[in-house]
Amino acid sequence: MLDDFFIRALLAGIGIALITGPIGCFVIWRRLSFFAGTLAHSALLGVTMALVFELNIALSVFLISAVIAILLLQLQTKTNLPNDALLGLLAHSSLAIGLVIIGFLTTIRFDVMALLFGDILAVSQNDLLLIWGGGLFILIILKIIWKPLFASTINYDLAKAEGMNPDRYNAIFTILMAAIIAISIKIVGLLLITGMLIIPAALARNISNNPVQMALLSTIGGLLSILIGLFSSLEFNTASGPSIIAAALFLFILSLLKIKQSIKLKN
Amino acid sequence: MENKKKVLLKVENVGVSMNDKSLVKGVSFEVKQGEIVTLIGPNGSGKSTTAKIALGIYKKIDGKVKTYTNKIGYVPQKISIDWTLPIRVSDFMTLTEELTQDQINIALNLTGVEHLKNKSLSNLSGGEFQRVLIARAISKKPELLVLDEPVQGVDFKGEIALYQLIKKISDKMKCGILLISHDLHVVMSATDYVLCLNGHVCCSGTPHHVVQDSKYKELFGDRASNILSLYEHKHDHTHSPDGTIDQK
Repeated sequence: MLDDFFIRALLAGIGIALITGPIGCFVIWRRLSFFAGTLAHSALLGVTMALVFELNIALSVFLISAVIAILLLQLQTKTNLPNDALLGLLAHSSLAIGLVIIGFLTTIRFDVMALLFGDILAVSQNDLLLIWGGGLFILIILKIIWKPLFASTINYDLAKAEGMNPDRYNAIFTILMAAIIAISIKIVGLLLITGMLIIPAALARNISNNPVQMALLSTIGGLLSILIGLFSSLEFNTASGPSIIAAALFLFILSLLKIKQSIKLKN
Repeated sequence: MENKKKVLLKVENVGVSMNDKSLVKGVSFEVKQGEIVTLIGPNGSGKSTTAKIALGIYKKIDGKVKTYTNKIGYVPQKISIDWTLPIRVSDFMTLTEELTQDQINIALNLTGVEHLKNKSLSNLSGGEFQRVLIARAISKKPELLVLDEPVQGVDFKGEIALYQLIKKISDKMKCGILLISHDLHVVMSATDYVLCLNGHVCCSGTPHHVVQDSKYKELFGDRASNILSLYEHKHDHTHSPDGTIDQK
């Protein structure tokens, strides 16, 4: 059954939506949208590194993301530049270096478009294993650290004073973000993964009044985006990644309408 | 007798600098069970900074801080909740501690805001939010409470009621309190030990002792010295938040 490319695409998408739903909420709450984008951009460098050194792509992307996160922390303490400027610097320079290196790799034919926008229809069984295994791991970690992470998100001082150790949980969350990008880059592509993190969470914000509800609605929004996007890409023969994000945008616009009353979930 | 009380927080000769400028230095004090220690001083004198040092919020400090409890409740001076976060009062109450619905209700009831339980935090007024902050800090039955201007933005009647509540908590729950307050009346009438800060400790001791110190007079003016005589009468009743009188 799993031989069917479309079923695999569906399973991969559902896996991604289950992770990006709750994590995306934290990305919005912590104002890390641009940071997520930067990590995603640097993934291109990660992929080229994997090709050069013959590493596992997900592992290489993860390592490069971690390096970028550490570099950002260093630059924040050593320069007087604002955060968005530093993020822009890291995002575009890592993207550029990645593209330059690809130019040197004359022996390897390489589909840059698939990397930028994802190729969900070419998902292999191994990819599925990575998404569901890695995704489950990420969700379990998130469940364990939810409370201290949430407290650190609300207020650093409060969390620190009352023994929640915010520095530790901020660092763990950064690692989780890098891991998500690493496992989902092949599916939605590095330009669109940020959309998958942010848009479902954003639409959930419009229709929720507490954090848990927002995380649930964000996940549901992500799942619907995947389903609508994939089926319409099959129907109209459009690119799958962009179709998913377009579906998410469509749902976001719906959430702006007064549907607050009809979807009032009780906790 | 004093020595029998458990020491909860011991701060020894602490200070902190930012960009080579000292914010506060050479502060020492301890907070014991059932005791209220207050920090007073003009704006920018390092009161909040001292509280944050005591709570371990700064990464690099001079001196030593020893905390003998991990049940700490904190009401920060400034806290802004982002509108991107959908959070109700009840979610905020359980931020750092698991509480039952009963415990949440009791704490909110004490500060007079039980009716706000399911309201969104972003819809509260400044005074209401302050009451929620206090309720959250006391709901976890802390051994040490650190209150940084806890009644800012609360109306006058509520202010008195809340300070009485704080006093009651320290007596009943036997917790130690580190308080920062601008209200000298309250400080002088309800606290056990006062530190007067201005980048360093200007003077310290019991309220009686401090008001007679020349440095205190210099910092706050002559009128502040008469504060004890102003307040030395006994209230025979208390007010609940809505203004009705509770007979003792």
